[in-house]
Amino acid sequence: MIDSLADPLLRVENLVRRFGGILATDNLSLDVAPGELHAIIGPNGAGKTTLISQLTGQVMPNSGAIHFAGRNVTHLPSYKRSRLGLARSFQITSLLPDFSACDNVALAAQAHDGHSFRFWGAARKEPGLRNAAQAALKRVGLEKRADVPVSELSHGEQRELELAVALATKPQLLLLDEPMAGLGVTESARMVALLKELRREVTIVLVEHDMEAVFALADRITVLVYGRVIASGLPDAIRNNDEVKRAYLGDQHAVTSHA
Amino acid sequence: MLVLVEQSLNGLQFGLLLFLLAAGLTLVFGIMDFVNLAHGSLYMMGAYFAATFVAWTGSFVFGIVLALGATLLLGIVLEYVALRHLYGRDHLDQVLATFGLILFFNDAVRLIWGPAGLALPLPAWLTVPVQIMPGVSYPAYRLSIIAVALAVAAMLYVVVMRTRIGMLIRAGASNREMIGALGINIKLLFTLVFGLGAALAGLAGLMQAPILTVQIGMGENILILAFVIIVIGGIGSIRGAFLAAIFVGMIDTLGRAFLPDLLRKVLSSAAASTAAPALSSMLIYLLMAIVLVVRPEGLFPAAKR
Amino acid sequence: MNFSFNARNVVVALVVLGLSLLPVYSALSGNIFILTLFTRIVIFALAAASLNLIMGYGGMMSFGHAAYLGIGGYAVGILAFEGIGSGFIQWPVAVAASALYGLVIGALSLRTRGVYFIMITLAFAQMAFYIASGLSRYGGDDGLTIYKRSDFGGLINLSNRVQFYYLCLGCLFGGIYLIWRIVNSRFGMVVQGIRSNEQRMQAIGYHANRYRLVCFVISGMICGLAGALLANNTDFISPAGMYWTRSGELMVMVVFGGMGSLFGPVIGTIVFLLLEEVLSQFTEYWALIMGPLLLLIVLFARGGIMGLLGRMSRD
Repeated sequence: MIDSLADPLLRVENLVRRFGGILATDNLSLDVAPGELHAIIGPNGAGKTTLISQLTGQVMPNSGAIHFAGRNVTHLPSYKRSRLGLARSFQITSLLPDFSACDNVALAAQAHDGHSFRFWGAARKEPGLRNAAQAALKRVGLEKRADVPVSELSHGEQRELELAVALATKPQLLLLDEPMAGLGVTESARMVALLKELRREVTIVLVEHDMEAVFALADRITVLVYGRVIASGLPDAIRNNDEVKRAYLGDQHAVTSHA
Repeated sequence: MLVLVEQSLNGLQFGLLLFLLAAGLTLVFGIMDFVNLAHGSLYMMGAYFAATFVAWTGSFVFGIVLALGATLLLGIVLEYVALRHLYGRDHLDQVLATFGLILFFNDAVRLIWGPAGLALPLPAWLTVPVQIMPGVSYPAYRLSIIAVALAVAAMLYVVVMRTRIGMLIRAGASNREMIGALGINIKLLFTLVFGLGAALAGLAGLMQAPILTVQIGMGENILILAFVIIVIGGIGSIRGAFLAAIFVGMIDTLGRAFLPDLLRKVLSSAAASTAAPALSSMLIYLLMAIVLVVRPEGLFPAAKR
Repeated sequence: MNFSFNARNVVVALVVLGLSLLPVYSALSGNIFILTLFTRIVIFALAAASLNLIMGYGGMMSFGHAAYLGIGGYAVGILAFEGIGSGFIQWPVAVAASALYGLVIGALSLRTRGVYFIMITLAFAQMAFYIASGLSRYGGDDGLTIYKRSDFGGLINLSNRVQFYYLCLGCLFGGIYLIWRIVNSRFGMVVQGIRSNEQRMQAIGYHANRYRLVCFVISGMICGLAGALLANNTDFISPAGMYWTRSGELMVMVVFGGMGSLFGPVIGTIVFLLLEEVLSQFTEYWALIMGPLLLLIVLFARGGIMGLLGRMSRD
C-alpha cells in the first residue's frame, strides 16, 4: 500500500537551493502519498527547515519543481499555496502575539472563507468564524484558553495553538516543523497523542528531532544529510540502514570508540 | 556644447556634495541602525559656522577649518547627550526625536543669527575662472569643491576598505553583534562614526555655503535628496551612495538646465514653461520610483551577512 | 459597547463633550478666537486619526501624510479658481485625487519596509510639494487664495463659523466611527494581523501587501477630506501647507496621543496644537522648547497619553 505512489499528494523533483556557497538543498526529490505521515529527519543543519520553507513558499528554490495535488506550485507565493491546502507550523513559534488564541485561529479560518475586503461588520462577532476557531481550539485542547492573549500562553500551549492555526485553514497537507521543540515530557506525550489522531484526517509531513516520536508516528521516513536524501523508506528499514547509522550516529560512534 | 560641459561639471559638483551628506547618513544607519533626520541640521550648522568664523578670522581657509572642527564637535556632543539613548529603539522613535532636534536647531539658528540668511563671500583667489578646455572656463571655487569632495571620497574609501576602523565599520554594517563579540568599545566606535558623519555633513554645508545663501532650513531639502540617494544606492552601501549621488546630482542639474528647451520642442512654449519646473523637480523622484519597481533593495546594496 | 469608568474612558468622554459644547462656550463668553483655534484642531485631529489608521493599526510609518492635506486642499482651491464652487463636486474630487495618489505612492512604497518606507513616503511627499510649487497658474510658491468657500446649496453655510465648526466636528466623529468599524471588521483584523506578524499571515493565506495598500489608500482619502476642510478654513492653499515638517507634526500628534488607540490622535492633536499656541505666546522661539520636549517624550513616555491613562486605570 505504501508503494502505490502513482498519485502522490506532494512531489518534489530535483530541488536545489543555495545560500551563498552553501547548498542547503542538494538536488532533493521526495514523494508524499495521500494519507501518510511522512517524517523527515536529519542532523542539525541538514536543511530540513529550508525544505519546509520552500514547500510553503517562504523560500524560493534555485531550481527544481514542487507539485502539490497535481499542480505545479514551484513559483506560487505562500498565500496562494495556503489557499490550495498547504499549511505549516513554524519551528520557532510564529503567532500573532498581541491577539488572543481565538483571534489567531479565527484569522486562519477567515483566510479560507472568501476574501477579507469587508470593512463594516465586526469580525469578532461573526459566529461562523468564532465556531470554526473554537472547533480548532478544541481539537488541540485549548478551548478553555480561547480569550487569553498569545503572549500569556505557555510555550506548550503556543505549540498547540500553532497546530490549531494550521488546522483552521482546512489543509490537505500539514507541514509540521518540529512541533515537539522545547516541550516537556508530558507535553510531548500529549502532542504525540494529538498527532496520532490528526494523521487519520490529514496528510502530514513531520520534521522532528524526537526520534521516539518519529518512530511511533511515521509511515515512512526520509533522512536528510547536507541537503541530500540519503535514505527513504519504512521505519524499520531506516532503523537498520547502515548509511543512516553512519551519518546520523557517526559523531556518537566516533566519540564512544575513541573514548 | 559649452553649456553642456559646464552643466555636467555643476552636476558632478552637486552630486559629490550630496555624496558627502549621504555617506554620513548611510554610515550611521549601517553601523548603528539609526535614522538621523537631524543630519540636515548638521549640514546647516556647518554653513553657519563657516560664515561666522570666516567673518571673525578674516581668513577663508582658517574659518572653514574652524567650522569643520566645530561641526565635528557639535556632532559628538549631540551623540553623547541625546542620540546614543536612541540606539536600539524603534525607527519611529528615532525619526520623531531627531525631528524634534530639527525644530530645535532651526529656531536656535533663528535666535542666534536672525531670520535673514547670511552670505559667505569667497576670497578673490577662488573667484577666478579657470580654463579647463580650450574655450571653456569654469569657476575655480566649484573646481576646488570637486577636488576636495573627490579627495574626501577617496580618503573615505581608504579608511573603510583598508584600515582597522574601516573593517569594524564594515563588520558592524553587516553584522552588528559581531563587533560586540570582538571586544571593541562600541560606544567609542559609534561616537567616532557619528562624529565623522557630522563632519562630512558640515563639510558639505560649508562648501555649498558660498554658492547658495546660508539660511534656515537649507539642510532639509538636501536631506530628503540624500534619502533618495540612499534608497537608490541601497542602504548601508558607501559605493552605492557614491554612484547614486553622482547620478542624482547629474540628472537633477541637467534636467533643470535642459528640460525646458527639450519640452519646448515637443509642446507649445506656454505649456512647456508651465510643465518644465514641475517636471524637472520630479525627475529624481521618478528615478527613485523606477528603481523601486525594478530593484526595491537599491541598485548597489551592501553585501548581506 | 460596554463602557467602564476608567481614566481613559472618562477623558475621552470629556473630550467629546467639550468639543461638542465648545461653540456654546464661545458664544456665551464672546471668545471667538477659541472657536477658530478649535476648528483648526478638529481638522488636524481628523488628519491625525487617518494617519493613526495606517501607523497604529497597520504598522506603516508614513512620513508623507501632509501630501494629502495639500492634494485635498488644492482640489478645492483649483476647482474654485476654475469656477466650480459646488462642494458636491469639490469634496469628492479631493477624496478621489487623494485615493489616486495613495494608490500610486502606496504601491511603490510598500515594496519596501521599515526605514525605507519612512524615507520613501517622505521623498514622494516632497515631490508633491515641488509639483505644487510648480503650478504657476495656481500661484506657484505663493499659493492660491480661495475667495469662496465650498458651496453646499442651502444645506449648510461654510462661512458661518459655528456651522463650519460643527461640519468639521461631524467629519471628525464620522471619520473616527468609520475607522472604528474598519478596525474591527474582517479587513481590519487582517491588517492588524499583518502588523503583528506578516510572515504568519502570508502562511495562512493572506496577500499582505494587497490589504496594506487598501488600508493606505483609505487613510489617504480620509486625510484628503481633512485637506478640503483645511483649505476652506484658511481660505487659502499653498505648497507651504504640505511641507514635510507638517507630515512630521502629524506623526507627533499621533504618537503624543497614543498610536493604535481610537481617540489617541484627537487628544494628541489637542495637546500638540494647544502647546504650540501657549508656547508661542511666551516666546517667538517656541520650537526651542517643543523640539527638546519631543525628544524627552520619545525617550521617557512611550505609548503616549492614552497609554499613560491606560496604565493609570490598571493600577
